[in-house]
Amino acid sequence: MLRDDLDLDKEYALSANHDEEHGKALRKKIWKVTAILTAITIVEVITGGSIKQYYEGVPNSSWWIIKWAFIFLTLVKAGYIVLSFMHLGDERKNFRYMILGPYILFILYLIFHLFTEATYWGEIIHQ
Amino acid sequence: MAGHSEKVDSATLWGGGGSPFRLSYGKQWMWFFLVSDALTFGGLLCTYGYFRHQYGDWPIGEEVFNAMPFLGNGFPLLYVALMTFILIVSSVTMVLAVEAGHRLDKKGVIKWLTLTVIGGAFFVGSQAWEWYHFIHGSHYGVILTPELMNDGWATIRDVAGGGFSLDYGHGQMITDPALVSQYMAEPLGAIQGANMIENEYAPMIPQFGNLFFFITGFHGFHVLSGVVINLIILINVKKGVYDERGHFEMVEKVGLYWHFVDLVWVFVFTFFYLV
Repeated sequence: MLRDDLDLDKEYALSANHDEEHGKALRKKIWKVTAILTAITIVEVITGGSIKQYYEGVPNSSWWIIKWAFIFLTLVKAGYIVLSFMHLGDERKNFRYMILGPYILFILYLIFHLFTEATYWGEIIHQ
Repeated sequence: MAGHSEKVDSATLWGGGGSPFRLSYGKQWMWFFLVSDALTFGGLLCTYGYFRHQYGDWPIGEEVFNAMPFLGNGFPLLYVALMTFILIVSSVTMVLAVEAGHRLDKKGVIKWLTLTVIGGAFFVGSQAWEWYHFIHGSHYGVILTPELMNDGWATIRDVAGGGFSLDYGHGQMITDPALVSQYMAEPLGAIQGANMIENEYAPMIPQFGNLFFFITGFHGFHVLSGVVINLIILINVKKGVYDERGHFEMVEKVGLYWHFVDLVWVFVFTFFYLV
């Protein structure tokens, strides 16, 4: 079977090969990111298990701080996975923006749209 | 890893119909596929946010998911944390496989990719267990009582030393034996476990069960496909297909998909279990 894509783009794939020394530096970075992701997950689980949303039926008034902290930590984890593990951070800048820009824009729009709608319907239901 | 593409000379870049992103065709389109898949998952999670925001009241992750295999209940978030950790570790072994591939270290690729497949299989199995537990529900299920707390739905729980108590969630309990047996004698309704029509975790919110099944199921299907794809590539590596090519970019491409699966789980974990 003729695979012209293998020949045409070979240069890019071949140029990604590296020597042992470079590999060593990369592995060090990989283990560092692993440690960060694991630490964040452990902190999240300990916080989630020890701080309650309700205490004997009474809502915890400072839960919103924990909630936003979780969302922030999730975005940090997502950033490490996309930029480091998927090495989008090492790709060319215009490719990076083309992948992330439209996606983030669209999702922000969707969140805004759906939460506005949900607030409206929620008010009707709870009336 | 990437970042070495600066070495490619401009004749190769433009003269040979190369890409301005300095990426190979396959890798670029894997990214485009992942963006479209991320939009699907983004849409699903936003729908989850829609219903959750609309209802206001929503079941709490650590009250619903608190079981451990062989140990029973009372371990909030522990099992799902273990699942998350397994998936993160399998993501790490995948990066290490890609790195070994860039050094043309076939043995290293085989080692790390095998570990990735094992981690993925472990995760799928864990999810199956989680579903089994979610579908079967608590030991006795919930009953509808005249009590006004939490819409009057209470989970029946064993009391140490015999008898039962009624758990209304959010830390509210009825332990008075007379009241408990009075409510349990003639319940106004009962649900045990979860299906697409009703669930005991949020009797007033059928969407809770639907969204759980759809989103974790869709993600689990991605993990399963990822395991199969990784296995196919592992067989190719063993057969020496990529030695012939002179590069292991295929491992990198399936690696992108595998990391994406991990990325989605990070969000599912937060919004279904933590907050």
